[in-house]
Amino acid sequence: MTDIFAPSENRDYFEVDQHITASSRYYAGRVGSRFFIALRDEQKILGSHCPKCNLTYWPPRNTCGRCFSQLSESDLLEIGPLGTLETFTRPNYTPPQPVPAAPVLYGIIKLDGADTGMAHLLGEVDFENLKIGMRMQPVFAEAPAANILAIRYFKPAEE
Amino acid sequence: MTDRVAIVGVAQTRFSPKRADVNVGELAYEAIEQVLQQTGLEIGRDIDNSISCSHDIWDGQTISDIGITDVIGGHLRNEEKMAMDGSTAAYYATIGILSGEFDCTLLLAHTKMSQTDRNIVNNTAFDPIYTRMLGFDFTTAAALQARRYMSVYGITEEQVARVVLKNLSNARLNPVMHNGRDLSLDEILAAPLIADPLRALDLAPDSDGAVALIMASEERAKQITDHPAWILGIGSCYDAHYLGDRDLADCMALEKAAAMAYRMAGINDPRRQVDLVELGDEFSYQELLWLEGLGLCKRGEAGCITAEGLTARSGELPVNPSGGLLGGVPANVAGLNRVAEAANQVMGRAGEVQIKDVEIAVAQGHSGFCGQHQCVIVLGREPRSLSASAGRSR
Repeated sequence: MTDIFAPSENRDYFEVDQHITASSRYYAGRVGSRFFIALRDEQKILGSHCPKCNLTYWPPRNTCGRCFSQLSESDLLEIGPLGTLETFTRPNYTPPQPVPAAPVLYGIIKLDGADTGMAHLLGEVDFENLKIGMRMQPVFAEAPAANILAIRYFKPAEE
Repeated sequence: MTDRVAIVGVAQTRFSPKRADVNVGELAYEAIEQVLQQTGLEIGRDIDNSISCSHDIWDGQTISDIGITDVIGGHLRNEEKMAMDGSTAAYYATIGILSGEFDCTLLLAHTKMSQTDRNIVNNTAFDPIYTRMLGFDFTTAAALQARRYMSVYGITEEQVARVVLKNLSNARLNPVMHNGRDLSLDEILAAPLIADPLRALDLAPDSDGAVALIMASEERAKQITDHPAWILGIGSCYDAHYLGDRDLADCMALEKAAAMAYRMAGINDPRRQVDLVELGDEFSYQELLWLEGLGLCKRGEAGCITAEGLTARSGELPVNPSGGLLGGVPANVAGLNRVAEAANQVMGRAGEVQIKDVEIAVAQGHSGFCGQHQCVIVLGREPRSLSASAGRSR
């Protein structure tokens, strides 16, 4: 709370300090659950393939936004693990969620076999050496994680 | 039933980095009281619909309009909240009046960005399953879009800096803006990096403020003012949600929204027919990207036409003569401020920022990171029937 007696410019104005916190459990859904289980147990990355549009989406989903076909678990297929860097950035401030990376680098990687990109962290690379079009590979977490950080980050591919 | 709709009154608070002296209701009322005085309308007798635009987390209350029913007249009749950019309030107000249900609609957008942390608010816009915990916010997302766009279309940092130079200089003339200043290109390019390639002056600053508009049917509009700003066309479209779902150098949703609005307005050559643009430069590079999406130049050309001065106040197509969002406009309020500034130009009431002979102006607003949702409003000095053209020719 602002100390109403301290800064002179605030003497007449009162601020009420509030913190909204909520521990939440968001359901990954049918195809999302398959994605997270395959990632955790097999270090496989799954995408959803729309047979009608011949497009493969990451993250996996149960509707094709293009043709509105229903997609299901049987439309999941493995994509990546290698991919191509589409864009990247380096924030010079602490992100609004605690991120296990220093420095924090972000990129969008289009995984081989997918038609949409994955936004994720980048690591084991100097920012100055990043280039659009670079080949990237995922580094998986050593201890299985039941969330997107089962991929720790993407690094330049050793191919 | 009317088939013409107009903006008949426009009022804005001064925007400022922090208004410690007022709460959101008091801030909103400053704009509402002004617009009622300007039009001579009474909130109980004359207004038959209200649409507000604000943000739950910034206001600190879900369904954030429920805390301000008393200042907007929500206890008198229908009131709806747009949980989106304020330009969309103008879109729905137009539809409500065209439907014949309402004659005179009060629009309000308010936000006090000083009340909490923009990056925490904007992080919650990312899906909770795949993206949010990676710590993205609108600035890092915009940086990804900026690099992609600049790389694909060969846009230079200097061309982007010219947007900052122009808009902050324009903002000096506008009494509602707080971020106006004259800078050199070198100063802009030497500002600290926030999220590479975005620098400090590439981001619209945190701001507190409110905008209120009144929109009316043709019959009511003519009773209220001799110089309304007529709605000529409206369009709205979403792009896909996930950051990787689209090529961030593209702007499909804006192209579609613009096509809808232009078709209604009978505009087939926007570069020639549009006199002025007020668009959502939440980040500097977006002015260039949105100019291209609005069809006002070819893809990849916006950097060049900006460097050539075409979009300056004195140019052939003034863009953001108000100072734009970089001049210091709150989130959510952003698009209604774009509509307000464009309307003021068409009505000849833009004061120090007035451009001569504005017959047709385009206002553009967007919601979500990297402009996921886009809304385009075309305004004109002369009325045009909307029902004959609205969405029928698709």
